[in-house]
Amino acid sequence: MSNHTAQTAAASGGHAHGHGHGPEEVSKAVRKYLLVFAALLVGTIVTVLASYIDFGHPGINIGVALFIAIVKASLVAAYFMHLIDERKLIYGLLGATAFFFTGLMYFTLWSLEPGSFIHLKH
Amino acid sequence: MDIPYTTTPREDTGLYNAKVGIWLFLASEVMLFGALFSSYILLRVGAAPGTWPHGLLNVPLGTINTLVLICSSVTVVLGWASLKMNRFDRYRIYQTITVLCALLFLCIKSFEYRDKFNHYEIIKKDGTVVDGHLIEKTKDYYIIHPLPKATKKSMESEHPAAHSGAAAANEHATATAAGEHEATGEHAGGAEHVKIMVSDIERAQNYGPWHNTYLAIYFTLTGLHALHVLGGALVILYILVPGAKMWKTDPERYTNRIEISGLFWHFVDLVWIFLFPVLYLL
Repeated sequence: MSNHTAQTAAASGGHAHGHGHGPEEVSKAVRKYLLVFAALLVGTIVTVLASYIDFGHPGINIGVALFIAIVKASLVAAYFMHLIDERKLIYGLLGATAFFFTGLMYFTLWSLEPGSFIHLKH
Repeated sequence: MDIPYTTTPREDTGLYNAKVGIWLFLASEVMLFGALFSSYILLRVGAAPGTWPHGLLNVPLGTINTLVLICSSVTVVLGWASLKMNRFDRYRIYQTITVLCALLFLCIKSFEYRDKFNHYEIIKKDGTVVDGHLIEKTKDYYIIHPLPKATKKSMESEHPAAHSGAAAANEHATATAAGEHEATGEHAGGAEHVKIMVSDIERAQNYGPWHNTYLAIYFTLTGLHALHVLGGALVILYILVPGAKMWKTDPERYTNRIEISGLFWHFVDLVWIFLFPVLYLL
């Protein structure tokens, strides 16, 4: 297959992805990728600067850092990983993952309740 | 035998098979790192009050590594977009930058690791603690370049972590290096190197994963993440160099390979977005 034919076939790959991944859409998406890139850089700098601010309670510092991290992670997942425009099967799969991950964190935090073993040992 | 659905979507899923496969794999990865984050929370909250170390890691280096990974993430997605726009030349440039970013990340990480393995805490028999970088070590003595406020009386605590890097960060009674040790006369950064005879040492240990629970979870999390960076970079490099001939025979499948390896790479970046503040800043 000639290189030209190869390129044409790749460009027509929209049907493989099925939704919004044709050459024109991708060309427009590049601008979004660069905006997300800028947002991630700014988010990183803000995270570092915020860590030097004393918000009065360590919990607030942790909350601010995790909030920025969640925003950054959401941008990566939504735009770089194309989750903003994906098939239902992937959403269902990730929904199940989110359920088990939340359960894991729930049990982790549950074990930190006052009176639990982890506190009694002190 | 041809592998089915490498480019055309399956009727029932609406996706080519590799995409379902990588997302299933990433789901298992979420639970793997989730379990380690859960361990981190339990270890941190379970540590005795005031003993969890802060400031052990180099924040500027961690920040640079975060920026490096973000750059690599955007070059991966731009590489995939270039193929979609029939620009194989641009794709090659973007993915080369991605691989270089991965190498830079691993270089910086190994530099940080080396720093920890050269960083020693020495508890002397008289109870003083010398904390600093190892200059020389023989069977008879250690020569240490002490860190600021790093030579002090050992905390009288029953908690093991209190004898670790956590103790070094606390403000407790100190004994100056000049009065307690034999100075070598060498100067670096305003502090003298100190020579400590092995016969005077109760315990000497570097800041490896065995030093305290913080460093144990730090090395576990960042080590596993670094293995992911290495694995992802090797796959991207394989597709970029020997695997590139597929672009001429089956370009759509080749583009899908870039998307799949890219999804893995973005996940690696995503994990680091959480690791950085949790380990370096909080």
